[in-house]
Amino acid sequence: MSEALALPAPGDGFLGRLGRRPLAVASAAILALLAALALLAPLFAMLSGIDPNAVDLLQRLEPPSAQHWLGTDDIGRDVLLRLLLGGRVSLFVGLTAALASAVIGTAIGLMAGYWGERADALLMRLTDGIIALPLLPLLIVLAAVDLTKLGLSAELAGSETISLYRIVAIIALVGWTTVARLVRGAALSVRTRDYVLAAIGQGASPWRVMAVHILPNVASPIVVATTLSVGNVILLESVLSFLGLGIQPPLPSWGNMLTNAQELMTSAPWLAIWPGMLIFVTVIACNLLGDGLQDALDPRAQE
Amino acid sequence: MTRYIVDRIVQSLAVLLVMSFVIYGLIGLMPGDPVDLMISADPKVTAEDAARLKALYGLDRPLLTRYGNWLKAALGGEFGYSRLYAKPALVALGPALVSTTILVGISFVLSLLIALPAGVWVATRPDGPADRTVNLACFAGVSMPPFWLAILLILTFAVGLRWLPAGGVPTRSDVGLGEQLRHMVLPVATLTLLQIGGYLRFMRAAMIETLRQDYIRTAQAKGAGPARVLLKHALRNALNPVVTVVALGFGGLFSGALITETMFAWPGMGKLILDSIMGNDFNLALVALLFATLLVLVGNLLADLAYAWLDPRVSFTEREGGP
Amino acid sequence: MQALLELDQVSKHFPLRGRGLFGGRLGTVQAVSEASLAIARGETLALVGESGCGKTTLGRVAALLHRPTAGRLSLDGSDVAGLGRDALRRLRRKVQTVFQDPFGSLNPRLTAGFSLREPLDIHRVGTPSDRNARIAELIVAVGLRRDDLERYPHQFSGGQRQRIAIARALALDPALVVLDEPLSSLDVSVQSQVLNLLAEIKRRRGLAYLFISHDLAAVEHLADRIAVMYLGRVVELAPRDLLLRQPAHPYTRALIDAVPRIEDGRRRRAVLKGDVPSPIDPPKGCAFHPRCPRAEARCRVQRPVLAIPPGRAAAHLAACHFPLDPA
Ligand SMILES: Nc1ncnc2c1ncn2[C@@H]1O[C@H](COP(=O)(O)OP(=O)(O)OP(=O)(O)O)[C@@H](O)[C@H]1O
Ligand code: SF4
Ligand SMILES: [Mg+2]
Repeated sequence: MSEALALPAPGDGFLGRLGRRPLAVASAAILALLAALALLAPLFAMLSGIDPNAVDLLQRLEPPSAQHWLGTDDIGRDVLLRLLLGGRVSLFVGLTAALASAVIGTAIGLMAGYWGERADALLMRLTDGIIALPLLPLLIVLAAVDLTKLGLSAELAGSETISLYRIVAIIALVGWTTVARLVRGAALSVRTRDYVLAAIGQGASPWRVMAVHILPNVASPIVVATTLSVGNVILLESVLSFLGLGIQPPLPSWGNMLTNAQELMTSAPWLAIWPGMLIFVTVIACNLLGDGLQDALDPRAQE
Repeated sequence: MTRYIVDRIVQSLAVLLVMSFVIYGLIGLMPGDPVDLMISADPKVTAEDAARLKALYGLDRPLLTRYGNWLKAALGGEFGYSRLYAKPALVALGPALVSTTILVGISFVLSLLIALPAGVWVATRPDGPADRTVNLACFAGVSMPPFWLAILLILTFAVGLRWLPAGGVPTRSDVGLGEQLRHMVLPVATLTLLQIGGYLRFMRAAMIETLRQDYIRTAQAKGAGPARVLLKHALRNALNPVVTVVALGFGGLFSGALITETMFAWPGMGKLILDSIMGNDFNLALVALLFATLLVLVGNLLADLAYAWLDPRVSFTEREGGP
Repeated sequence: MQALLELDQVSKHFPLRGRGLFGGRLGTVQAVSEASLAIARGETLALVGESGCGKTTLGRVAALLHRPTAGRLSLDGSDVAGLGRDALRRLRRKVQTVFQDPFGSLNPRLTAGFSLREPLDIHRVGTPSDRNARIAELIVAVGLRRDDLERYPHQFSGGQRQRIAIARALALDPALVVLDEPLSSLDVSVQSQVLNLLAEIKRRRGLAYLFISHDLAAVEHLADRIAVMYLGRVVELAPRDLLLRQPAHPYTRALIDAVPRIEDGRRRRAVLKGDVPSPIDPPKGCAFHPRCPRAEARCRVQRPVLAIPPGRAAAHLAACHFPLDPA
């Protein structure tokens, strides 16, 4: 068997397999485009000379025009610019919270799976406990916590940046369980392999064993889970912001742009359409991309 | 088996206890406290009065002591008074639970009635055009921001076409059953559309997995009869994981309908939780959150029991009888 | 001369725990009990016994992969019991293991070269280019080619993989290599090649081996001394020829008789009857008594200790109340 080298045929690699999934490719392209537009949003603001936070009560609820391509909102701000800026916030929260969850989940999963026994039982009870919680109400409580009661100064607690990081923190706090379970399972099964024993016998530290022998085995499922969770996080962020508990205006987010939409539904329905549309497109793109990655990374799909 | 059930119940109670402490602590961190609220309502209260009041309510004592007192009272069935509803918190909870059960129950049954057959149907023709279309629709369903779906439905059917009312409950109580049902259409549709995608994808995956398994293939090779019979047997096996997952999610539905209830002003558990938190009604928020947790835990427990009960490895040949 | 590895009354017992956070102890697997043996520098000690008698466990204790639950273990003069985690890791480079299954002992995601370099990287031996030179030298020494370093485990045959595993075990210049049934998963035709390689390496480097096998015939050529294990205990320990020609323990006798000999044409005596008892609940007295043809009342109550049987050489030890007479 050694002579017959199992070289992969061209196009059989991961990218080739992903390439045969048009939905996943299209999703990746859409996400890249959205990210680029969001990143460039301040540039657009500068070029057009419009201040996205400038209140102009004389231009409330204007329909689309040459100056305001998507019209203005209930206090006269440019909707298009705020959408792009809101995209920055939503994508930032989605990515950072998903990555933070992945990091926490990986650490906890490795601890549970590598040291096993009591640590494992304890950490997995914790995971089960968190999974057993009503997620949305819990997030609402966490989002409503008054940070001044935790010793933050009133000024800091009310700042825009805190509202941004707070939402990342609370979502990461409850979002790590999926990755933790994945990593734990892999660590448990890998740590009894002879090659791990061989590495330990050579004097490898637990960190080295985890980094060299265990993590590469779970890299693919972690990537898939994280991609899928970006979409979920964006959805959660939009819900919280919509309820007024997430990103605090004037900082725009797709969720908080919809907060007043219900009242304005008859007079300015476009205000209700665009932000929701962008959330929807971003989330479905993340989900389709995650699904495509899963198939492309799954060795079983190679048959 | 009995031992297992007892173990799981004890575990769930432990989670509930831990959660009650966590929620109690978190609620204490929410803006304002009862005495401050009282002061703001009545300018005549002096600082000394406030301090005396805080001592009276035990608010100056350490968290653990306060929690201990609350727990003692709670175990005795005493959950305090709701500020917003001006009745005991437990009493305020009752009608909300009934409303939610109606809304969630109907949409749950509806979405299963649609999702399960559709899932089986597409599983028998995987990767065909129908499967792809349904798959995309499922992704759309699970990626939909709930409040936006509600807005779209209201815009279309209430504002645009004027077919249906946008609110959840008739404003006058003397209307007939038909009118009440008309008010339910949009919230039920919202919740149903949100749920179908997940169930359908799961049913499809379980079914494909079962159809792929060896015993089905063997049975097929042996000529186990018409495809319909085969499908029935595969279905029996595929349903086990689906039952588990559905049970797992069921408890969460009660508080998960929060957005839909809020959008349609449906007076259920979710809306009650949100209103009590936003309205500083701490006693009510605490009871409602704990109750929501309890429901999720019960759902998990049922899922575990269902899983243990329905042995997924039902022998196909045995059930099939002789050749 | 001081022994390289010394085990003094070493035991390794595994607790059998119930599941969960508060899972109670269900029992104890007495994988190895009160084993005493020593290996000198450059010596090959073979460890034989039926499946499940604790050979692998003893080998892992010797390779410092398991901490003994009781007894004293010293390697190259350092008592392992007193060592902290880091000192233990440093000491581990002196003893390396070759595992039974070369399909499991190499990480499928890493190239042969990476696996070979890993021990050198762990202990930061020399400069990176020194390490590359060293692994090139190693792969040639085990009969493979330099460009094999770039290949992945699935691109090699079983015998080739075992060669890589051997090369990896040699990378840190250990004084002792534990060979845990290194041949038993290989094709018969490949077994003798790998055996010859092991013999050659030993001759050139003056290594000591702890050679584990369930098959007496496999160790005959290489072993200087042989230890026989039964249910976690060493029951006989003697220089190879003495043990093979004049066994003192009835169990050793049975093992020898189980080996088919070409000169006989058939097996000489009845092979062992009955099953090996469980190491969770080993028999009282001599653990071998339920299966021993010479067992008497005393064997059921009193456990025999390892000692020189009457009329035997001083290097010959056996644990039996009624040892066989020298033939
Ligand atoms: N980590 C462990 N936990 C619990 N029991 C174990 C563990 N490792 C080994 N055992 C048990 O200890 C006993 C001895 O096992 P060991 O692997 O040392 O035997 P062996 O002689 O190498 O057998 P084989 O020839 O099958 O490799 C067996 O009963 C085994 O089940
Ligand atoms: S002690 Fe007794 S039972 Fe054990 S081997 Fe010797 S004769 Fe047999
Ligand atoms: Mg073994």
